Amino acid sequence: MADMTPLASINQVSGLGMILIRADLTRAGDAIAGAAGLAIPRPNRFTSDGSRWLGWMSPDELLLVLPHGDVPGALSDLLDALAGEHALVQDVSDMRCVFDVTGRKPEHVLAKLCPVELGALPPDGLRRTRAAQIACGLWRHGDGWRIIAFRAVTDYLRGVLTAAAAPGTDLDPR
Amino acid sequence: MTEAFNLAEHVLAAGAATPDKLALAVVGPSRAERWSYARLIAAVRGTATGLLHRGLRPGDRVLLRIGNEPAFPVSYLACIAAGIVPVPTSALLTEAEITRIARNIVPALTIAGDGIALPDPSGDILPVADLAAMANVILRRNTMTTGLYDHGYLIAREHLADHDPNSGLPRQRLWRIRAGRVVTATGALERPLSFAGNDVPGVMLASAVRDYIVDYGVAPGRRIAVVTNNDDAYRTALAALDAGLEVPVVIDARPTADGPLPQAVRARGVRVATGSAVAGVLGKKAVNGFKFCDQQGAGDPLGVVNCDVIAMSGGWSPVVHLWSHCGGKLKWDEARAMFAPDPARPPTGADGRGNVLAVGAAAGDLAVAELTDAAAEQPVMPVWVMPARASRKARFKMWLDYQNDVKVSDVELAGREGYASVEHAKRYTTLGMATDQGKVSNINGLAILSDALGQPIAATGTTTFRPPYTPLTLGTIAADARGEVFLPLRKTPMHEWHESHGAHWEPVGLWRRPYAYPRGAEGVSDAVAREIRAVRGGVGTLDASTLGKIIVKGPDAGRFLDMMYTNMMSTLPVGKCRYGLMCSENGFLVDDGVVARLSEDTWLCHTTTGGADRIHGHMEDWLQCEWWDWQVYTANITEQYAQIAVAGPKARAVLEKLGGMDVSAGTLPFMGWAEGELAGIPVRVYRISFSGELSFEIATPANRGLELWEKIQQAGADLGITPYGTEAMHIMRAEKGFIMIGDETDGTVIPQDLSLHWAISKKKTDFIGKRAQERSFMASPDRWRLVGLESLDGRVLPDGAYAVAEGVNPNGQRNTQGRVTSTYLSPTLNAPIAMGLVLHGPERMGEVLEFPVTGDTFRARIVDPVFYDKEGTKANG
Repeated sequence: MADMTPLASINQVSGLGMILIRADLTRAGDAIAGAAGLAIPRPNRFTSDGSRWLGWMSPDELLLVLPHGDVPGALSDLLDALAGEHALVQDVSDMRCVFDVTGRKPEHVLAKLCPVELGALPPDGLRRTRAAQIACGLWRHGDGWRIIAFRAVTDYLRGVLTAAAAPGTDLDPR
Repeated sequence: MTEAFNLAEHVLAAGAATPDKLALAVVGPSRAERWSYARLIAAVRGTATGLLHRGLRPGDRVLLRIGNEPAFPVSYLACIAAGIVPVPTSALLTEAEITRIARNIVPALTIAGDGIALPDPSGDILPVADLAAMANVILRRNTMTTGLYDHGYLIAREHLADHDPNSGLPRQRLWRIRAGRVVTATGALERPLSFAGNDVPGVMLASAVRDYIVDYGVAPGRRIAVVTNNDDAYRTALAALDAGLEVPVVIDARPTADGPLPQAVRARGVRVATGSAVAGVLGKKAVNGFKFCDQQGAGDPLGVVNCDVIAMSGGWSPVVHLWSHCGGKLKWDEARAMFAPDPARPPTGADGRGNVLAVGAAAGDLAVAELTDAAAEQPVMPVWVMPARASRKARFKMWLDYQNDVKVSDVELAGREGYASVEHAKRYTTLGMATDQGKVSNINGLAILSDALGQPIAATGTTTFRPPYTPLTLGTIAADARGEVFLPLRKTPMHEWHESHGAHWEPVGLWRRPYAYPRGAEGVSDAVAREIRAVRGGVGTLDASTLGKIIVKGPDAGRFLDMMYTNMMSTLPVGKCRYGLMCSENGFLVDDGVVARLSEDTWLCHTTTGGADRIHGHMEDWLQCEWWDWQVYTANITEQYAQIAVAGPKARAVLEKLGGMDVSAGTLPFMGWAEGELAGIPVRVYRISFSGELSFEIATPANRGLELWEKIQQAGADLGITPYGTEAMHIMRAEKGFIMIGDETDGTVIPQDLSLHWAISKKKTDFIGKRAQERSFMASPDRWRLVGLESLDGRVLPDGAYAVAEGVNPNGQRNTQGRVTSTYLSPTLNAPIAMGLVLHGPERMGEVLEFPVTGDTFRARIVDPVFYDKEGTKANG
């Protein structure tokens, strides 16, 4: 008998802050790394110390995810470090929703929604892609995956994740 | 075998370079499977190693008794990789036949698929199920690949719960597969024979009759007559006899039939009538029998056969759909009367090399005889019309395409009518259209057309094979897009408040915005009027969170915005706001909004709700493609903020009640902004107005939006604060003569048409759209321009109605001289108001225009577009 429990738990995460950083990463990389407390990630990767997380969003854009209470300090650290540098540091803590997908088969849930070969993503891989009809970003987090999208579509993302995790909808060959 | 070795080497070598890429999909009529290169290599190597571990040695022969399923190519490649000789054989071969073959090749091992005849004695057997259990081999059952598209993109449909639709599971699942290489083992389809009455129930394909008997234990009839032009149908006769059914006769169109299969049937006492044909079927709703005749004749009956099933076989056509979907070419094989994949012209992948390999029957090798040394069957004899010189009347009863009701006579008529191109003949007759996609009808129809045109079949060619191979339900394609998640609804931070306060919704892009908040039994238009009066007479709140908000920062940001907007943004002082217009390169107005200068090098650009993503993309397009050396960063931070408009003469009182910021006219003048706190919540307050009233737009981090909204409602409660929706906003802006992107603009309107010259810089040497606006047509004084329209009889003008001019155009239609762009009943003025674009409009104040509509004519006077507070004093409270 197939396991008729949901493929994964879908849990919204709150209490995180986010800071958008746009700069010349070659020129300002060291300054940003120093202020963020994390190494600059390689393209399509992230770096993390378990509390803070720094993701590569584009050739000149990074996203720093950190505890919400650390945002003001991190903002001023970054602004200080980038003084005199052409850069944009913007608090975007309220702009997105965050979900953790964990449990039996989180990869099956995401595979249904995102055109990504998750198995080919390295452990520190960050993929900007889509989930069903919305833009998202995703990466491995703990035993499962973390997925972010814009806040206006929080309900939609929860809905498609939950539907994709419906009991009995495992992707294994029958 | 050289070619096969190349295949294995190719797959493995290519895979080693890109181990993560999807490498291979094995497809069949009912199954599909995929591997990454890494998995494929592991599967093939693993299986090869497994075979060697079983004691097999290079040079040994392995007999493949596997149907059209993934184990077939895996075993095949694994054998080759191990230096073992794979011997694939047709799954249709009987035990006796495969025993004879096995005796010849002496296999060291037989890999055995479910229900496929094995040689006797069987020798060493490896069940396919054991193969599937080996690592890296995935079987996906009940799955059909429906189409192959560019770059190895496959669509497959898996049946999950069609057998139990109420189980709460998805009935089907759609797979999207990117394959490096595809092996098609799709088999072949049997063709009907074109004889009169071949549509009578009980006339069946010989293979279908065989499947009913062998696969399902169902007898389609008791007396099964076989009509054929090839040896394979004799297997049906044997299957029927084995099942205890009668076979009165085998009608074989060929002059002789002396191969092992016909002989085996004769040996069972069945009459084989060679050179014969069906002249006509007896029975209308069921087969009672048929008249037979000479195949080379005109259909004169020689006798009658009593039967209740006619099992017909007109030969076999390889299933070439997947091969053909993406451009693989076919070759007409005259001897075997089939179109088969031309290995020299396969579909090609991104690297320009063939990415599909057809194998087995799908490649035209119906019996895989070349590899098995199977005794060759006698050749098929092409029979396109039965009998060969059938009468015209009989041809009206010979069906080619059962699904689209196309007969031999129809295709012949197409030929006579001059439809020489097969694609034209297809459309004229509907032959092979829709679900058929050439499966049943194609070859017979092409042959008839070729005959009618007097040319060989190869010269006629085939029609296009289009996906899906068999129909897909829309539900399978739509997948998760249903119910609550049919579309991603965008919700502002205050969405649930609106919902619980009775909002009547308006879809704006994917957003839902409150159109109005009807109370109790109040009608929507009454609610709109109440909301407007509340704002004009007191104070109201609008959820403006959906407005686009784009940060533009950098040493070149001012210069950049001077190019983006028609007016000057670089000179805007810090702390101030300016209304700006954006045009396309062609000069047309595409967006508008208020720009605030946040600091020396940072601006915040508001866009329309629908424009946020588009304008951000527009900015990045210019920055990345044209002005890549300008130092400017942009960020679309629309959803970071909740934004609340507090508008009306009592707006300041509400903010003062919230406390925390000086919002007096002296500190925060019109078109200024300030940062601070209101009721302890961090805010940025813009003194801007779209209603014409004293108005503050308050931005706060989105997570604080609902809290601020509710505090504003509380603070304004005793002032009668009223939430208002988009319709009240629209009407109030129209009362003020403010334009709305999408109403006054439609992609053909330039700012000058809207008398917005004041917002077009004359000092700037350039901005996007400037050059276009200087071209003669744009600079013409004869363009339609914005005016107000005052209804003469108190009725609201119909939206979009055209004002007529004298005379008619060359098409006999009335000439026009303007149109209505916005039209409302103004609750403030208790009168209809409208705006429109009119030829020479501003120079024609006081003139009356006629707007005829069906059965009626509206009349309106041209007036100033500002209907309310022409002096603009209300914005100061």
